[in-house]
Amino acid sequence: MLAVPVQALFGQLLIGLINGSFYALLSLGLAIIFGLLNVINFCHGALYMLGAFVAWFLLDKAGLGYWPALLLAPIIVGAFGILIERLFLRRLVGLDPLYGLLLTFGIVLFLQGLFSNWFGSSGMPYEMPKQLQGGQALPFMFLPNYRVWVVGVSAVVCLGVWAVIERTRLGSRLRAATENAPLVGAFGIDVPRLVTITYALGVALAALAGVLAAPIYRVSPLMGADLIVVVFAVVVIGGMGSILGSIVTGFGLGVLEGLTKVFYPEASNTVIFAVMAVVLLVRPAGLFGRQA
Amino acid sequence: MKKSHLVPTAIMVALIAVAPFFVYPIFLMKALCFALFACAFNMLLGYGGLLSFGHALFFGGAAYAAAHAAKDWGWHPEAALLLGTITAAVLGTVVGLLAIRRQGIYFAMITLALAQMFFFLCLRTPFTGGEDGIQGVPRGMLFGVIDLNNMYAMYCTVAAVFLIGFAILHRAVHSPFGQVLKAIRENEPRAISLGYDADRYKLIAFILSAALAGLAGSTKALVFQLASLTDVYWNTSGEVILMVLIGGVGTTFGPIAGAVFLIALENYLAQLGSWVTVVEGTIFIVCVLAFRRGIFGELSRLLKREL
Repeated sequence: MLAVPVQALFGQLLIGLINGSFYALLSLGLAIIFGLLNVINFCHGALYMLGAFVAWFLLDKAGLGYWPALLLAPIIVGAFGILIERLFLRRLVGLDPLYGLLLTFGIVLFLQGLFSNWFGSSGMPYEMPKQLQGGQALPFMFLPNYRVWVVGVSAVVCLGVWAVIERTRLGSRLRAATENAPLVGAFGIDVPRLVTITYALGVALAALAGVLAAPIYRVSPLMGADLIVVVFAVVVIGGMGSILGSIVTGFGLGVLEGLTKVFYPEASNTVIFAVMAVVLLVRPAGLFGRQA
Repeated sequence: MKKSHLVPTAIMVALIAVAPFFVYPIFLMKALCFALFACAFNMLLGYGGLLSFGHALFFGGAAYAAAHAAKDWGWHPEAALLLGTITAAVLGTVVGLLAIRRQGIYFAMITLALAQMFFFLCLRTPFTGGEDGIQGVPRGMLFGVIDLNNMYAMYCTVAAVFLIGFAILHRAVHSPFGQVLKAIRENEPRAISLGYDADRYKLIAFILSAALAGLAGSTKALVFQLASLTDVYWNTSGEVILMVLIGGVGTTFGPIAGAVFLIALENYLAQLGSWVTVVEGTIFIVCVLAFRRGIFGELSRLLKREL
């Protein structure tokens, strides 16, 4: 352990934090969607990929760079999410929630197949915005500006969503509908619209993560495929009962994964799944979850 | 065997017997392997109500074990198949013990995550040959006498394996064990209050399903003389779900029809590359929205008999 250079340690910690940001953004979206719709949104990873592609399209076809894309891509993908919810998911209300999982899995195959045909599986690079290129030379490591930005934005957005849900009127309605939708409907609140808004919001978070990821990873059709499985494990570990819980679990597991890369690289792909197995044995409901 | 199953079973056996004279045997063998895989999966989903999103783990894990035994240890094919099946049963015990601690949607996510973990392990260990897989697996001599390099001998072996697996599953489902399993699916607390240990039943069902999925995977490894990462990747788990969904969840013959349909589709659309995935995705969406009973579910509703 002492043989590990400090630079590598901090470098991997930072990468871990970045991955953790994506885990947090995605598992947060999954959690709020699951809370209200009772659907596990399997296509969350595919919509993350779609977010990155929308950013790439905006640059390539409309000449709109990173900053407009950061706002536009979540809106466009959110609108796409509204379509998914209205056209498909709405028809599954009242059925076994497993059907929602299967339907969204179908959407994954559809989107991934479509984009693989279009662009091949290797993907395209997306240039980093000029303002965020370069970095700070700290005494113990080199700190790239863009990575700091990603971690910062994700943290702020996550906390923002948490504040909206816990502190605003919309959030209180949402929480109430999660507890008991028919009763909230009886009070004259338009629950179906609330459901649509929630789904669009969760999906927009995935798209935002996709835009943030575009300059770091290549924009490729399969970028969300393996990520979503890890995010599922994150969700099982954290339990979906608590918003803050999924944020903390996401960042925490990202860091843990980064540390594993330093000390035992062979296990870095599997450590999160191993943690999941242990959590299931010790605390089946998840760290922040309530046993259903 | 149930009376209503006699005629369809006879038709199925007759079709298996005459098909190799009309259709390319390799295609048929692939279809039969996946049909057994789908039947094993259907027992778990259709009767136990458990959606596993990680069944590729057992299919592919067994394929690796059988391929390794046949190639590197020079085992006879029947011993290799047995080892593959046992490997899958052991893996099924480990995964089952973890996964049945949660229900419904979490069960699906846990099995998916554990299968992905297994995929990464397979990618890393030298034993599996990484990206290359285990190639050139010898088919060998069945019981030391029947040369499986003969296409028809291989076909008959695959057909026999399939029918044995099908019979085991059919027996399990239509036994008191199967009835309890259905009771647990319908109302778990009530089954528990009647004194049934729900978790034990679910675990046994899971292990049985995993073992037969493993038998299917090992047979596939012998037929194609190859065990590769594709067999353990989550696409394979998704495919088997789709087969069962198309054919009809909880029907006896549906998964077989679904498997043949999907394998045929992949075969004919192979030159279209990843458009196959788009088509599969579309079928998934259509099935879930409008065709939840599947082919045999609709058929048995029309004919007013259980199929």
